[in-house]
Amino acid sequence: MNIRVTERIDILPRHSVLSLGCSLAAGLLAISSIFLISGVNPLYAIAKIFSGSFGSIYGIKETITKAIPLILIGSGLTLAFRAKFWNIGAESQLLMGAIFGTWVGLNWGPHLPAPVIVPLMFMAGFVGGGLWGLIPAILKVKFSINEVISTLMMNYICNEFMKFLIVGPWRGKTKHGFPYTDDLPLSATLSVIPGSRIHYATLLIAVAVVIILGIAVYRTRFGYEVRVIGENPDAAKYSGIDFFRTTIIIMIISGGAAGLAGVGEAAGIHHYLSYPESISSGYGFTAIIVAWLAKLNPVNVIFSALFFAGILVGGDAIQISLGLPAATVQIFNGTLLFFLIMGDFFLKNQVTLQWREEGN
Amino acid sequence: MEDIIISVLQRTLIAGTPLLLATIGEVICERSGILNLGIEGMMAIGAVSAFIVTFTTGNPWLGLVAAIVASALTSIIHAFVSITLQSSQVVSGLALTMLGLGISGLVGKPYIGKPLAEKMATWPIPVLSDIPVVGVIFFDHSPYFYMAVILALIAWFVLKYTRLGIIIRSAGENPRATETQGINVYKIRYWCVIIGGALSGMAGAHLSTSYSKSWIEGMTAGRGWIVIALTIFALWNPMRAIIGAFLFGGIFVMQYLLQPLGISPNLLAMLPYLSTLLVLFIGALHDSRKLNAPAMLAEPYRRGGR
Repeated sequence: MNIRVTERIDILPRHSVLSLGCSLAAGLLAISSIFLISGVNPLYAIAKIFSGSFGSIYGIKETITKAIPLILIGSGLTLAFRAKFWNIGAESQLLMGAIFGTWVGLNWGPHLPAPVIVPLMFMAGFVGGGLWGLIPAILKVKFSINEVISTLMMNYICNEFMKFLIVGPWRGKTKHGFPYTDDLPLSATLSVIPGSRIHYATLLIAVAVVIILGIAVYRTRFGYEVRVIGENPDAAKYSGIDFFRTTIIIMIISGGAAGLAGVGEAAGIHHYLSYPESISSGYGFTAIIVAWLAKLNPVNVIFSALFFAGILVGGDAIQISLGLPAATVQIFNGTLLFFLIMGDFFLKNQVTLQWREEGN
Repeated sequence: MEDIIISVLQRTLIAGTPLLLATIGEVICERSGILNLGIEGMMAIGAVSAFIVTFTTGNPWLGLVAAIVASALTSIIHAFVSITLQSSQVVSGLALTMLGLGISGLVGKPYIGKPLAEKMATWPIPVLSDIPVVGVIFFDHSPYFYMAVILALIAWFVLKYTRLGIIIRSAGENPRATETQGINVYKIRYWCVIIGGALSGMAGAHLSTSYSKSWIEGMTAGRGWIVIALTIFALWNPMRAIIGAFLFGGIFVMQYLLQPLGISPNLLAMLPYLSTLLVLFIGALHDSRKLNAPAMLAEPYRRGGR
């Protein structure tokens, strides 16, 4: 038997869909085996995950709630990943957004009406996330420091910084010594769709970001520059693309979008700052796979974000019913990401098995 | 005062040991041309496997073996995806980290809060450990410390002076030319990734059965990522990795040392990560051509391609 690999010349849309379907199916199969080995009935676990997220009105509401940050971060990441800027720091860009937004809300909220303070908070969040995203961009372009490491290190730094704020200078006077900030004033909290936790202002912003980025990527010179930088950085230099400027803009947008998500979480869900891990349940990392599943197309991000939000919600459901740790979701994320990139291989290449007859 | 200094230096070496073990592995792996960002995940797998086996058998050596095997097997996934399928090594490494952290969390859940009866015993080296001051600092450690230093020296020697080392380095510098010499680049790279995985497993085993004697979810605490930076800091040289790893060991210890001075523990906890950025920054001030990075690092190599 002989395996032959040849590059596919024309990739049809149905090939993409088929490879995506196969990758997801194979991924679920692999996850099932992990569950099976750990003594968890995989059929029960997976059924529970999807019934927990998409099987009830409550589940769907929660899924949409968790999709909001994933849409924002994921669409920002599509831009960064297109330029092959591996921004792994969205988690802390979200937290920085939450920190900046909360500061504005706590300090200016009591004096300003909601229609003024809420936009100000989102702007502050965008600035916070954008600045935190800007640093690794400068480090990469000016000092060729690997962005994977710098963005990750900044995650840890921001985590500690946030903990420092809530146990130290920002600790709330009304919180009886608990490490939380005071509650945001009412004018600085986001209203929700009644009977759910969906803070629709953030959802609308998320959809707007998706549309803007969709247009930017496919219809503008900027989108073209992003693609060239990612696919052929040398050509980018010769064709007069300003590497520094474009990378900076990409990371301000990518970090800023995550910062917007942070404001949504702080002002829409929690209403005060607490430990980093409760403000964001790993959205910055899950969004990496959201962007990848969307094939780096900002518009597709809406669907892949809903899918992974479902896994997060269902993951919470099986944690309770099966007593599984929070890390279980990471197994889903890691395995699906592996199978998605494996699927890309079979999409780009034609693999044929040849059985040679005896005597040939 | 002297006691404090001795104890700080001793703990510096202990804290640097897992960093050194994993850095040697990553140096070998990257020398062959494969970037493995999955160290954090493989370390977690190693830590949990070592802990479970030590907990059940009472033998930390069996725990070490389990960690090596488990992490080496996990690393094969990365090898397959990045070598055979030529996919993005960055994405594959990230997936490996997520998978490793996830599996270790799932498998280790029942063991949280159950300390080991016995952790890896220290091996005072006869005669040498009796030397005042120096003996306590350098020669009264768990076997992991000696293994880490010896493995670093072996890796340095092999990479620099042997035929095998030349083959590994040339696989990372110019795989196509290496292939024309009749050498199977895929095979070399596979083995280097697996060795990298095994060493990350050892690092994890050290964390859960020697450094501490309990399993805590997320106990790797970003060490796997610091290792990636240390590899650059070490300029892909295991000898320099020794310096880097123990420097960072010192930074880990310094957190606890400075705490009584009234500095916020949260700000001190930033130190290792800030130092990582600083180290990369200093590295960046050098001429990048002099950094001597493997030329084809993280570039997929396709046999028979153009």
